[in-house]
Amino acid sequence: MRSVSDVLVPLLVLALVLGVWQGAVWWWRISPVLLPGPGAVLSASWKIRAVLLESAVRTALAAMTGLSISIVLGTLTAFAFSQSALVRRAFYPYAVLLQTVPIIAIAPIVIVSLGRGFVSVAVVSAILSLFPIITSTTTGLLQVDTTLLDLFRLYRASRWQTLLRLRVPAALPYLISGIRIASGSSIVGAIVGEFFVGDGTPGLGSLIQRKSATLVLSELYATVGVATVLGTVVFGLITVLGETVLRRRFGMSLGGRVSGPQSGD
Amino acid sequence: MVTRMQRLNSQYRVLPPEGVLMTENPAIYALREAVVHFGDPQRPVLQRISLEIPRGQFLTVVGPSGCGKSTLLRVLAGLQSLSGGQLERSYGESAMPTRGASGAELRAGFVFQQPALLPWRTAMQNLRLPLELGSGAAGEGQAAEAGEERLLGLLEQVGLSRADAGKRPGQLSGGMQMRLSLARALVRDPQVLLLDEPFAAVDDFLRMKLQDSLRALHDARGLTTILVTHNLQEAAYLSDRVVVLQPSPRGLSADLSVRRSRLSPAERRRAPEQFEFLQQLSAALFPS
Repeated sequence: MRSVSDVLVPLLVLALVLGVWQGAVWWWRISPVLLPGPGAVLSASWKIRAVLLESAVRTALAAMTGLSISIVLGTLTAFAFSQSALVRRAFYPYAVLLQTVPIIAIAPIVIVSLGRGFVSVAVVSAILSLFPIITSTTTGLLQVDTTLLDLFRLYRASRWQTLLRLRVPAALPYLISGIRIASGSSIVGAIVGEFFVGDGTPGLGSLIQRKSATLVLSELYATVGVATVLGTVVFGLITVLGETVLRRRFGMSLGGRVSGPQSGD
Repeated sequence: MVTRMQRLNSQYRVLPPEGVLMTENPAIYALREAVVHFGDPQRPVLQRISLEIPRGQFLTVVGPSGCGKSTLLRVLAGLQSLSGGQLERSYGESAMPTRGASGAELRAGFVFQQPALLPWRTAMQNLRLPLELGSGAAGEGQAAEAGEERLLGLLEQVGLSRADAGKRPGQLSGGMQMRLSLARALVRDPQVLLLDEPFAAVDDFLRMKLQDSLRALHDARGLTTILVTHNLQEAAYLSDRVVVLQPSPRGLSADLSVRRSRLSPAERRRAPEQFEFLQQLSAALFPS
């Protein structure tokens, strides 16, 4: 169970950091062109709230579209990986490429094939968020209790029966952990996507780009702040939703299981 | 002999696996010079084991860790193939042919050391699992309709209540999970029950209850039961016959039969035969 201090202590740290920040800006009379104080950032957020909200919604939509694509593709890839060691050995290095490919380098390719705009942004978001889902789900599909596998073998279960009745349900907590990690990457992907393959319509990425070109730093900070909050909210929502589904429908829990690329094998 | 094999094959529509002969034999299992090794023939896990197990017997295999007793059980279950020697199975006619039974192996139910239940299924859904697996198995929907009452009866037979049917394993105690696991092994009306140290992880009081349930099921259903354990009292209390498997030199070092008089479970636990037999068993395990 979460205690009050779990929420209170991080909030205290936040207040402390904001306090020191504001104090430093006052004490050394730092120019708002160099570093705006938190107060200035807050009032700037309020001033441009309409465009911030519109941008956040658009970026969130692109990120969730990207995340949905990577959930579908990632799960299918994980199915294929779980069925044959040969397939796994042959294609895993290319799955790692997804993680390491520089987006700047593939941006021209995406633009040439899909043009600039929402779809391209979603695709970049999907590319960035695919890897954690593939590794986590593959791990889940393969890491099935050997006794349970023996049980299925004893009753001459077909490959398909074993996949549907054993591997898939057993992998659900892993899939949800994967989605949780991927959700952060999908937001990052959408923002970076707007930098390189966006068509300039309001979005957090294009807003950050525009604000950094001007010298209104408080509004740039405000945009970055909203992007951070968006990532956190999505992560939190997926955690709560995932936990609830697992507990209510499947009698399982995510537990302390953190399965990222590191614990992927 | 040939006709019988053909008959069995047409009945089950499978060929017996390599090294398995179906013959007329009073023994339900007959191992001849069975050898199992994992890669290195110089270090076999089972070395030239010959053992006949008559129908209806309650046989217990005891021995220290690493003597290969679990491997022996897996061989009988068809989960482990032989590296040498032969296994003859002769299940004979089944009183109640089970739906979806696609191989002779399905005439045997298996209880693992852990309950091995699917945590996302209710007790009833776990119980139904064996009916959903294998070629020609009933679909989930069909399996759901098939004999709800029979399955509930089975739950009661192993000492669970009808109210437990809708609970998930996480809501059941360790002992209840083990009982459910036992019931699942019986779902396809097997002739043979194979158990691999099933009560190793439960406390003494619960173990006694589970032992009584097991022996009662063996007697009531006319099963052939093969139990692997390292608990000598359990072996003495439950079995008709105990064989000792030793790690070095590898092989069967003793084959003892137990005199079973008509006694209630409580009387049997205190009966002098129990202690006599334990002495015999200890002498076989630790020769002076």
